[in-house]
Amino acid sequence: MPYLGSEDIVKELKKALCNPHIQADRPRYRNVIQRVIRMPDLDHWGQAEVLGFLLRYQPRSEEELFAILNLLDSSLQSSSPAVVMAATKLFLVLAKEFPHVQTDVLVRVKGPLLTACSSESRELCFAALCHVRRILRSLPGHFSSHYKKFFCSYSEPHYIKLQKVEVLCELVNDENVQQVLDELRDYCTDVSADLAQAAIFAIGGIARTYTDQCVQILTELLVLRQEHITSAVVQTFRNLVWLCPQCTEAVCQALPGCEENIQDSEGKQALIWLLGVHGEIIPNAPYVLEDFVENVKAETFPAVKMELLTALLRLFLSRPAECQDMLGRLLYYCLEEEKDMAVRDRGLFYYRLLLTGIDEVKRILCSPKSDPSLGLLEDQAERPVNSWVSEFNTLVPMYSKACWAAISSSQVSEPHGPEPSGNGVLSASGSLVLENKEELQPLCDSGSFLLVPNGQLTAEQFEKTWLSLEVAHQEVLPWQGVAHPDTIQTALQVVNIQAIALSKAGVQPWKAYFSAQDGAGCLFLTELLLDPEPSQVHLSVKQSQAKAEALNSFISVLKTVIGTIVGIKS
Amino acid sequence: MISQLFILSSKGDPLIYKDFRGDCGGSDVAEIFYRKVTELPGDQPPVVMVHHKGYHFVHIRHFSLYLVVTTSGSVSPFILLELLSRLATLLSDYCGSISEKTLSLNVALVYELLDEVLDYGYIQTTSTEMLRNFIQTEAVVSKPFNLFELSSVGLFGAETQQSKVAPSSAASRPVLTGRSDQSHKNDVFLDVIERLSVLIGSNGSLLKVDVQGEIRLKSFLPSCSEMRIGLTEEFCVGKSELRGYGPGVRVDEVSFHGSVRLDEFESHRILRLQPSQGELTIMRYQLSDDLPSPLPFRLFPSVQWDHGSGRLQVYLKLRCDLPPKSQALHVKLHLPLPRGVASLSQDLSSPEQKAELGEGVLQWDLPRVQGGSQLCGLFQMDVPGLPDPPSPAPPLGLGPASLSFELPRYTCSGLQVRFLRLTAPGTPGNISPHTWVRHLSHSDTYVIRI
Repeated sequence: MPYLGSEDIVKELKKALCNPHIQADRPRYRNVIQRVIRMPDLDHWGQAEVLGFLLRYQPRSEEELFAILNLLDSSLQSSSPAVVMAATKLFLVLAKEFPHVQTDVLVRVKGPLLTACSSESRELCFAALCHVRRILRSLPGHFSSHYKKFFCSYSEPHYIKLQKVEVLCELVNDENVQQVLDELRDYCTDVSADLAQAAIFAIGGIARTYTDQCVQILTELLVLRQEHITSAVVQTFRNLVWLCPQCTEAVCQALPGCEENIQDSEGKQALIWLLGVHGEIIPNAPYVLEDFVENVKAETFPAVKMELLTALLRLFLSRPAECQDMLGRLLYYCLEEEKDMAVRDRGLFYYRLLLTGIDEVKRILCSPKSDPSLGLLEDQAERPVNSWVSEFNTLVPMYSKACWAAISSSQVSEPHGPEPSGNGVLSASGSLVLENKEELQPLCDSGSFLLVPNGQLTAEQFEKTWLSLEVAHQEVLPWQGVAHPDTIQTALQVVNIQAIALSKAGVQPWKAYFSAQDGAGCLFLTELLLDPEPSQVHLSVKQSQAKAEALNSFISVLKTVIGTIVGIKS
Repeated sequence: MISQLFILSSKGDPLIYKDFRGDCGGSDVAEIFYRKVTELPGDQPPVVMVHHKGYHFVHIRHFSLYLVVTTSGSVSPFILLELLSRLATLLSDYCGSISEKTLSLNVALVYELLDEVLDYGYIQTTSTEMLRNFIQTEAVVSKPFNLFELSSVGLFGAETQQSKVAPSSAASRPVLTGRSDQSHKNDVFLDVIERLSVLIGSNGSLLKVDVQGEIRLKSFLPSCSEMRIGLTEEFCVGKSELRGYGPGVRVDEVSFHGSVRLDEFESHRILRLQPSQGELTIMRYQLSDDLPSPLPFRLFPSVQWDHGSGRLQVYLKLRCDLPPKSQALHVKLHLPLPRGVASLSQDLSSPEQKAELGEGVLQWDLPRVQGGSQLCGLFQMDVPGLPDPPSPAPPLGLGPASLSFELPRYTCSGLQVRFLRLTAPGTPGNISPHTWVRHLSHSDTYVIRI
C-alpha cells in the first residue's frame, strides 16, 4: 500500500478498501472513508492518491454526496496542479447526475488550469492544454474571455503552438472573433509552414460560423503567392464551399491565378474539385483544366488524376463545347497509356457512362447532394461532460483522437493479463470490464456450447439473413443508465459475439445488432433495443438452424454478459 | 503507477535506470525511448508516447537531460509531470546543479534518493525534511565552492559599495551536503522573479501583456526557525480590493504554498513559515493587462526597400522606458529576415553593441541599456526578390522582432519584499544567518510586430 504520509492513513485505507466485512457494511465503510478524507497530515502526493481511490466510492444518497464534496472543497484550491486535477475529476464523476454542479466545478477550476497553461514547464503546459480542449468540447464558451492566454509565443515548441491554435479555433465567440482572427492571420504568415497551415485550417473552422470575415482573410492570403499558403487556402475553400454554399461566389472570384502556385497533391486535388463543381461561374476553368490535361503524363499523383477525370466530366456537362476535345484526350490517355489501375478503371467507367448517353451522366454526376448541415457537424455537437469524464486526468487526452483510437484498437486484440495486485486506481469503466473477463472465460469454455469467432459477417449479409429468418426468442431485461457502445462491444467481443452496428451513446432510440456463430456453424443474430421509460432492453434473437439447446445456451451467455454490464453501472 | 524511471543525457546515454515493477521490459527500454523521441515527426507532441502493451512513456526535458517514466494509461499526467519536476529540483538540491557530469559523479546518491522517494512505483515523499533523515551518502561536487570567488560578478555584484557581495554561483551549490561542514551554511536566498510576456501589434498597440511572478526561497539553514517575510503594504489582490492611497501594487491572482501561514497576510501582508532546507516556491501570482509601470521597451521600426537593386534598409529605434536609475542587461533583439538575405552592413550607436546575421535572422546584442535611453541601429541588406514598393506591408518574412532581456532589481508589478526576518534557533555557536533578497524580472516572450 502506498505510504501516503502517515501510518494511520494506511491503516484506515487498508481497512476500508481491503476488508470485505467493512465493505459489506455500508455505514462502517462510509465512516472509514470520511475519516480518510479528513486526514490533515497528507502531503500533496497523498492527497492526489486518496482522491484517485475515492473514484471507486459510490455515495448512496444526495446528502452524503454533498457532504463529501464539502469536505474535499479545499483540494480544489490547492497549489499543486495534480491535486486540483484529481479533485476536479472526482467531483465531476461523483456529480454525474447533477450537471449544474459539474459546470460549477469547471468554473472554479478555470483559474488553476489557466495558470498551468502558462506555466514554465512546457510539459505541464501541454497537459493542461489537452484538458482544456476536452472541457471546451462540452462548454465551448468556457474560456472565451481568456482567449489572450492562448496566443502563441515565439519560443514555444511546435506541439504547444498547434494545441493553442486548436483551442483558439474552438473558443471563438462574437466578442473575441475579431481579435482571434487577427492573431490567426498573423500566424498564417509564420516562418514555419506547419503552423501556417494549421492556422489556415483553424480559420477555415471558424469560417463555418463567421463566413464573410474568414473568406476575406483567406482571399487576402492568396495575394502573397506562397506555395504552402495557397495550397492550404484552396483546401480550406473546398471544405468550406461544401458546408456554406453562400460563400461560393466569393471563393470563385478569388480562385483565378492560384494554379500557378500549387505543387502538392492535396492542393491540386482541392483546386481541381472546385473547378469541376463550380466551373460554370469561373470563367477560365476549362483553360486551367486544359493545363492539367496537357501535363497529365508528368503527373505523379494518381489521386490528382482521378480528381481530374471527375472534374472534367462535370465541367463537360455545363460547358460542353470547351471541354469536349480535352475530355477525349484525357480519356484516351487514361485508357491506353495509364499504368495505375485505379485511374484506368475510373476512366473506363466514365467512358462507358458517356456511351450510355448524356442524360444518364447527368443523373449520376449531378444528383441532389445531401444536406451539408447534417452529418458532418456531428463533431461540433456539444458532448455532455459525462462522455469524457472517465478519461479526464489520465493519459488519454494527451493523445490526438486518431492516435488513441489506433492504440486502443491494437490493445483490444491483445489479451490483457490480470491487473497487477496493489494497483487500486480503476477509474475508467472500460477497465472494470477486464475484471469480468476472467469470470466469463470459464463460462464459455464449460459445456459443449462454444461460440467461435466468425469471419466478420458483412452488413449486407447480416441484413439479408435477418430479414429472411423468424424471431426465435424475445425477452425483456432490466437496464440502467445510458448505453455505452464501447463497453458493450468489448464485453460481447470477449465471448466472441461480434457487433455489426451500434447506435451512438445517448441516441434515441438506441439499437444494436450482433452476430455470433457456434462450432456447428449455426448463426445467431441478435437485436438489442433500449427502452428509456421504463429502463429496460428488448432482446430479440434469430437463429439460422432450429436448435433449441444451442439457442438456450446462447441466450444464457448473452444474458450473463448483459447482466454483468448492468451490474457495473449500478 | 510507475513501472520504470530513467534519466538520459541529451545524446541518449542512460545515466540512471531503475525498474520498480519488472513488468515492462528490460533496460533496453531506454534505447527504445530515445529512438522514438528522436524519430518523432515534427507535429507530434513528444511528452507522452506509446510503448507497447498498454504502457506509455512520459518525460520532461530539464536542461537537455531527459527524465522519463513508463507507466500505464490510467495514471494522471499531472502527478507524473509534477513528480519529475520535483525530482529534478531535489537532485539539484543535493548535487548542486543537475547535469550529465554531476549525475555521473553522484550515482550512488541518486539511487539512494530514488529508493526513498519511490517504493514499488508509488510516491512516498519528496520533502527534503523527511529525506534528510534517510540519505547517508554525501554529494560529490564538481568544483569546491569558494565564497570569495568574485571573478563572476552576477546580478548582485554591480554595486561594490556593499561590503558583502555574493557571486551568482552562491545559490547553486548543494544545499544538503554533509553534516560536519557547518561553517558557512547559514544563508537564505529569497528571490522575487517575474516573467514578462508581451505582444505589441504592428500599429504599436498593446495586444497582450502578462506577468507571472514567483517568490522562491532557497534556505541552507539546517534547522527550522520561523521566517517572516513582509511584502509591500499596498499589495492588493484582485480588481476590487483597495488598500492605502493611490493605485498601489495590484495582482490578479495569488496562490501560496501549503506550508505558508497567512494569519498576518490580511492585515499587514506578512507571510510566516518554517522553511526546511532546500528550495521552495512560497507564492505565485499573476497579473494581466494592467501594468502599473510602462513597458520596459518600445521599438520603432522603419523599413524601406528598393525593388530594383534588391536593397532592404531597416532602421530600428529602441527606447527603454525604465526609470533612469534602472538598467536592462543582456538585451538581445532577434529579427527574422526575408528569405535569401545576403549581406549585412550595420551602423550602431555604441561600440559595445554587436549585430550579426545568422541563418536568415538578425541578432542585435546590447549588453547594457540604461533606463530612459534610446538606441538606434541601421541595417542594410541585399535581398533578392523583394515586392514592389507601393505594397504597404513589409516584405514577407520580415518577421516579428522578439526581445530577451533581464531587469535586475526591478519588478514589473511593483511588488517588493520589505523585510525578511528570521527567528534564530537556539543552537550553540550559531552564526547569524545571511539573508539575500533579490528582485528580478526577465522576459518570457516580448514580441513586437513590424
